Amino acid sequence: MPNYLLMLYAPEVEPAEQAEREAEMPLWLELNESLQEAGLLVATGRLRPVETATTVRVRDGETELTDGPFAVTKEVLGGYYVLECRDLDEALEQAARIPLARYRGGSVEVRPIVDMSELDALRAAAAERA
Amino acid sequence: MSTGSERRPGADDPAADAVALTFREERAAVLATLIRHVGDFQLAEDAVQDAFASAVAAWRRDGVPANPGAWITVAARRRAIDRLRRDRSLADRAERVAELVRLEAQEEAAMSDESAIVDDRLRLIFTCCHPALDLPARVALTLRALGGLTTAEIARAFLVSEPAMGKRIVRAKRKIADAHIPYRVPEDEELLDRLRGVLRVVYLIFNEGYSASEGDRLVRGGLCSEAIRLGLLLRDLMPDDAEVWGLLALMLLHDARRAARIDGEGRYVALDEQDRASWDRGRIAEGLRALERAVRLRRPGEYQLQAAITALHIQAADAEATDWAQIAELYGALAQLNPSPVVELNRAAAVGFAAGPEAGLELLTPLLGEPALARYQPLHAAHAELLRRAGDLPGAERAYERAIALSANTVERAELESRLHGLRRRG
Repeated sequence: MPNYLLMLYAPEVEPAEQAEREAEMPLWLELNESLQEAGLLVATGRLRPVETATTVRVRDGETELTDGPFAVTKEVLGGYYVLECRDLDEALEQAARIPLARYRGGSVEVRPIVDMSELDALRAAAAERA
Repeated sequence: MSTGSERRPGADDPAADAVALTFREERAAVLATLIRHVGDFQLAEDAVQDAFASAVAAWRRDGVPANPGAWITVAARRRAIDRLRRDRSLADRAERVAELVRLEAQEEAAMSDESAIVDDRLRLIFTCCHPALDLPARVALTLRALGGLTTAEIARAFLVSEPAMGKRIVRAKRKIADAHIPYRVPEDEELLDRLRGVLRVVYLIFNEGYSASEGDRLVRGGLCSEAIRLGLLLRDLMPDDAEVWGLLALMLLHDARRAARIDGEGRYVALDEQDRASWDRGRIAEGLRALERAVRLRRPGEYQLQAAITALHIQAADAEATDWAQIAELYGALAQLNPSPVVELNRAAAVGFAAGPEAGLELLTPLLGEPALARYQPLHAAHAELLRRAGDLPGAERAYERAIALSANTVERAELESRLHGLRRRG
């Protein structure tokens, strides 16, 4: 079954609104439990604020560090899920259950993850050609 | 079509004719089944294309087979096996080849299973119209896979370059494969919603052919015919859905008047000036029958309401005899079901005929402040018409000028300009 990365984006909000969201914590825990029970949950995590980000680039062999995310946007990546789903429909259905999806400015980007066996096959094909 | 067949004009070539016919009638069904078997849109499409390309020579040599669709299915499956064997980058290649070989062994049983074929075509429709694909991609993919139009034809119809359209289709097929968009008919709770999406794609195809928002050709009949074919297919596959019948009725009733909408010089002819004798009576009867079927299912919907409005226009002996009061009422019902400024505009125009231009203006005037309609040519054309009938000629002139400035369609613009000139001559 394919794996999907669900990226949780939302704008950073005022403390009052943030407090309202924190009050929803039981909903998140419930969601995580039910994903676990359904055998869909591979991994999940909440990210620290975007100010804690460091971006790494290697240019001409030199490592360059930037204090901050790779792109400054109003919506920031705040968390993620990796789910193992039957197909895209199931992944989209789960994405719609995430409380953040209904936040003002909140959205969940769903991206299929390349299957390891596919990578192995590509590697084998490349080796055969070489 | 592009099966690689060469046809000498006037030459008697039953094999090429049979291939062309099979392509038109059965390609979608063969493709739909093969996609399920190989689990890969692109591979299935390539294999079906190969099979059609090889059919011309084979049928010239051996004669046209008794069941051409079955011949193509078997040939396409063999081509798919060949392609899979050659493709070394696929992880599950061996598994899939084995599965196809197994299917080939029981091809007789598979061919006779009508319901499986029906399901496959429904699966294909729902996959092509999946909401995870953007709307232009859904339209293009549906036309490509189910309508059997070539990429070049679709590109021409939507005024997009062929490489750009090709890219759009390839991208959609890649997303289906990579994101694992399922190849199945949605389950009950989703089905209604997803079916609405499918009907929207079909209606969009029809409208693109019917009203041609840009360019010089008012009617791109090919798209209308394709949309109706899709409507007929949906009717066969989902005969218990009222809106499926409603959309079919709506398309047939519009299509019946296609020829009357432009005159000999290619100019747009408004409904009240159309030659009613040139309407296609057979199509109208077919459309009315479909509408009746829809109404009997007792699940009202927006396509049925629009078809009922169109039917009232058509059934009137002439423009004066049209039952505008009932049309205004139907637009009212439509506005409740699906509130939109465009529906409000149509209601205002109908009320203008039923109860006089002042009553129409009363409903239309608030719409002039609607941002969604600010650049909507029909609003200003209807405004001009109502003002003219109410006797406000300078106001009508200004509204016509606004409508002309917003018209992207040369045929429509010419019609608006001739109305404006008529107004100035009288004034």
